[in-house]
Amino acid sequence: MTGEEKEYFDAGHRACGGCGPALAARLITKAAGENTIVVASTGCMEVFSTPYPETAWKTPWVHSLFQNAAAVASGVEASIKKQGRSEKVVVIAGDGATFDIGILCISGLFERGHDVTYICYDNEAYMNTGIQRSGATPYDADTTTSPAGKLSTGNKRPKKDIPAILAAHGSPYVATASVAYPADLMKKVKKAINTEGPCYIQVHTPCCTGWGFDGAKTMDIGKMAINSGLWVNFEMEDGVVTKAKKVKREPVDAYLKSQKRFRHLYRPAENTEEIAKIQAIADNNAEKYGIDIKMPDKN
Amino acid sequence: MLQIMEGSHAVAEAVRLSRPEVVSAYPITPQTHIVERLAEMVADGDLDAEYICVESEFSALSSCLGAACAGSRVYSATTSQGLAFMAEVVFNVAGMRQPVVMTIANRALGAPLNIWNDHQDSLFLRDSGWMQMYAEDAQESMDLHFLAYKAAENYDVLLPAMVCFDGFILTHTYEPVDIPTQEEVDSFLPAFKPYQRLDAKDPISFGMYATPDYYQEFRYEIHAAMIKAKKVLREVGQEFSETFGRDYSELVEGYRLDDADVAIVAIGSICGTIKDAVDEMREAGRKVGLLKIRSFRPFPYEEVRTALSGVSKVAVLEKNISIGSRMLGAVGLEVKDAVGKQGADVYSYVGGLGGRDIRKRDIQKLADWAEQGRNDCFFGLREELL
Repeated sequence: MTGEEKEYFDAGHRACGGCGPALAARLITKAAGENTIVVASTGCMEVFSTPYPETAWKTPWVHSLFQNAAAVASGVEASIKKQGRSEKVVVIAGDGATFDIGILCISGLFERGHDVTYICYDNEAYMNTGIQRSGATPYDADTTTSPAGKLSTGNKRPKKDIPAILAAHGSPYVATASVAYPADLMKKVKKAINTEGPCYIQVHTPCCTGWGFDGAKTMDIGKMAINSGLWVNFEMEDGVVTKAKKVKREPVDAYLKSQKRFRHLYRPAENTEEIAKIQAIADNNAEKYGIDIKMPDKN
Repeated sequence: MLQIMEGSHAVAEAVRLSRPEVVSAYPITPQTHIVERLAEMVADGDLDAEYICVESEFSALSSCLGAACAGSRVYSATTSQGLAFMAEVVFNVAGMRQPVVMTIANRALGAPLNIWNDHQDSLFLRDSGWMQMYAEDAQESMDLHFLAYKAAENYDVLLPAMVCFDGFILTHTYEPVDIPTQEEVDSFLPAFKPYQRLDAKDPISFGMYATPDYYQEFRYEIHAAMIKAKKVLREVGQEFSETFGRDYSELVEGYRLDDADVAIVAIGSICGTIKDAVDEMREAGRKVGLLKIRSFRPFPYEEVRTALSGVSKVAVLEKNISIGSRMLGAVGLEVKDAVGKQGADVYSYVGGLGGRDIRKRDIQKLADWAEQGRNDCFFGLREELL
């Protein structure tokens, strides 16, 4: 049996069927292996995986608060360094903990240069409190605190660019990944934990409950996000984008139509103006990361 | 070895001698001299610790929590706004039963912004599950750190401890301090043996979430551990007394209290001034004594009750205010409860807030007020407010 066949995130946790974050936890811990200490933030994953006296974690795991996983990890890293131990420290935190409330601690960790891999599972809203917007919520998504209404088309701001912010801190390795591409995610986790210094991976983890889709379709939704250009899988090394997944892009419509959080863009009538703005976000991503597969000239 | 040194440096020496493996702190007045001195010690190789220069007090205590969970003896220091900023983690450290030791250089809380001494900052966290000890002078500020680590790491306790000493009054004042040798401290405080730790060879989960089916039991256990801490603190205090010759066998200290009619009760450095005031009042023929409370959490109810059993009036000097409380101060509330209904009359007098000077004549006035049965009130207020 190779190390990769071992599971460190056990079955029997209480996530929804088709939960993207649960899949991410399984893939991350599988890739990181047994010599890993996981530091978690408050969020969906903590709640569904550690109701006392049960735990789904087969690696050492520690949680303190919503916003301090990066600071707790700094202490864990300093302690094991002092003790001469060899475990790898991996933070697994949601987008609310990462993009919003925890950014002070994360900035501190990256600026100080601890040897920690920080992984954000990005389900694009505060999910365990009931689907409120976060700094990771995409433009126009309908959440309970960015509801679509007579005067609103949903969330008013685009996603905060955390990968760029952390790359600007001098991180040697920043990447994005998706649970829809497990091998790629695992490869990036291994690369991050084997890179000295503070590394960051942002994993796209579709949330069937929060986004409104059938839990059987998690992988499909993840792939549609990539194919639309609204999510880009890329790697940055020392602040430079070195790799981005190329796609034969499709219009954003299919992705938007697949989820209830964008339903208001099509009912009662198609809001072509807003859909065009979202398409522009995807086009901008495509240009910025150079993801378009150029078709050969037919002439 | 007796040396004249600043209170903050005495604390830094105590920390060095306690051999923490991880020190994490953010500078804030009047705590700064402690962490600066520790940074120097690490830079010179006199303290073999990882020193984390965090970006905030919030991360200072969070990283101490992480390091403690990973199995290290840890240290931090803060005050006032920094402690308030840490508050969420303060509760978590206790809830996760990590024996973190942190010095509080007591300082007033804003607004208005004020950097001087009172006890509002640490008392605001009295219900957090941390032990809280208050020092009278530089020597006690130093010694209490050894006691704090030893009690906190006791498996019957496993609670964090704040060693509180008054900002500027103690932090920035030079006093003679008897510094023990490393060998002496090592024999009193052996290397840290964590009860449980994060370890890939034996994976366990820390800091899980608990439903209503379990949460209450965790809180009960913290409370029970704090009650046990009284006994443990007395035991380690006794052991300390035998090793170092300075008496910490009780959690309170009476001064000329045996035949007193009136007792002044206080915590912290003001006890030094009160001792002088008591001496003067005794010379004038008044039967006044002092009860100094060293441990506020756990609170030594039995010892306070016994110590005050012979007095008829008690003036509690409060450098804090529990806003809207009838007793006015947190210390008075506890003392009144300890004394009980059949005991002495207990009055709570609030003063010295934000560094307002308290003089011997103020202490005499408080003794007078208690004797006259004057109700709980402020002292030293600007007259135009009265």
